Amino acid sequence: MMVAQAQSPTAPVIAADHLDLTFQTNDGPVHALKDVSLDIGKGEFVSFIGPSGCGKTTFLRCIAALEQPTGGSISVNGMSPDEARRNRAYGYVFQAAGLYPWRTIGGNIRLPLEIMGYSRADQAERVKKVLELVDLAGFEKKYPWQLSGGMQQRASIARALAFDADILLMDEPFGALDEIVRDHLNEQLLKLWAATGKTIGFVTHSIPEAVYLSTKIVVMSPRPGRITDVIESTLPPERPLDIRDTPEFLDIAHRVREGLRAGHAYDD
Amino acid sequence: MRSLLAVLTVVAAIVAIWYLAAIQMNSKWTRDQAARAGIALSFGEVVADTMAQERPVLPAPHQVVAELWKTTVQKKVTSKRSLVFHGWITLSSTVVGFLIGTVAGILLAVGIVHSRAMDMSVMPWAIASQTIPILAIAPMIIVVLNSVGIQGLLPKAFISAYLSFFPVVVGMVKGLRAPDAMQLDLMKTYSASKGEIFWKLRLPSSMPYFFASMKVAIAAALVGAIVAELPAGAIRGLGARMLTGSYYGQTIQIWSALFMAALLAACLVGLVGLLQRITLRKMGMAQ
Repeated sequence: MMVAQAQSPTAPVIAADHLDLTFQTNDGPVHALKDVSLDIGKGEFVSFIGPSGCGKTTFLRCIAALEQPTGGSISVNGMSPDEARRNRAYGYVFQAAGLYPWRTIGGNIRLPLEIMGYSRADQAERVKKVLELVDLAGFEKKYPWQLSGGMQQRASIARALAFDADILLMDEPFGALDEIVRDHLNEQLLKLWAATGKTIGFVTHSIPEAVYLSTKIVVMSPRPGRITDVIESTLPPERPLDIRDTPEFLDIAHRVREGLRAGHAYDD
Repeated sequence: MRSLLAVLTVVAAIVAIWYLAAIQMNSKWTRDQAARAGIALSFGEVVADTMAQERPVLPAPHQVVAELWKTTVQKKVTSKRSLVFHGWITLSSTVVGFLIGTVAGILLAVGIVHSRAMDMSVMPWAIASQTIPILAIAPMIIVVLNSVGIQGLLPKAFISAYLSFFPVVVGMVKGLRAPDAMQLDLMKTYSASKGEIFWKLRLPSSMPYFFASMKVAIAAALVGAIVAELPAGAIRGLGARMLTGSYYGQTIQIWSALFMAALLAACLVGLVGLLQRITLRKMGMAQ
């Protein structure tokens, strides 16, 4: 068990301290998270990687106050996750785009803005701004079914960015897309991250994706869900796609794989 | 074009079977009459007679069509013999009952989706209400309402509502629960209230279910209106028309009222379908 402390000059944006989460099921208790401690600093891009059941999504959901931990503590922007949510601390991107089919792309992005009570003029301005940010300018009046899967997922990222949350939580956002689209979106996501300076929590199954995107890679393992390794990336902030063929990249990927193996991720 | 051919083939087959059945069923009376009069009839004469009886066991299609023509186009709509007049009586209570039933169904569904207590307490009663034969409960509703001074259109409309609220409840409960966990979680990340989740997510999600159940409900409402006209000894409406027809053995009248009812039902369901197309297109859900 390793406990990592971020070397952040300021106070961490997200701080989990000995977090436990146990689900009571008919087959007995399931330890989704056990003794998870992690600090995430402002502007970091943190990936969570591990096999199914390692608790990476559960951890993200704890940050978002979609799950209540059964032990330990977690703070977001120095508040409880519940308070942080009410203060619009984060935008959440799910595995599926989940756009409402009865709303246009613009209408979908307006959804959180309507709920949060932004003025109409402000809404229109923000929709325009985030659509440009995800390269979807001109698609405001289109319906979701008129867009490809990758474009839909970009629209859902725009929706999460619309209300200026400092934290972006992404739960396998590109998991359902093919690899070519995925590469393209990874590149775009890095640009977006550089442009906005958001703190990003990113859950993935893919080692190259995690290494390519992150400043910090959190390797997790199941039964009970826990952190087995935290890797600070040594890759430069500028990352063209072919950085993935450099020895440095492969070194980090190797260390991730070692971490997964140490957590018995490859056992039957 | 091919599907038109298929449709026409089926219609032609039904009409042919109907004619054959009419000849078969009506020929007994023809032969009995002939035997009593001591006349021998050729096969052609028997067939001709079965097509033109005044009170056939099964009227031939053209007799029904002729009766429909006579009682719709050739009668003033204010006439007691006009099927348009009787159709309007039935239609008005159908529509009122359908509206009451739909509104009640939506309200119940909203309650059931939002309250576990209502889910457990109301749903079994809603199901039980539909297991009672409407023919048994219709006279009681009319008698009870009559005793508190409610007469005319409303008791009939209540019976229509009684039949039509159920499909709306079932459809809307399903529809309002259609959003999956992810969509509900998304609303939660915005700290959306129950009201916002209802108006922005649940209600729009339920629209396809809503229209499907309205189609069932409006047909049920028409059945309810017709059944409601039977026990009250009503003299107006398609149900009354069928009832008097059966008193006097006017089978042609019964069948024409039946067809009028079917036509009415088809129009109503078509109307709901049209409303569905327009609404879903406006919502951007018709691709």
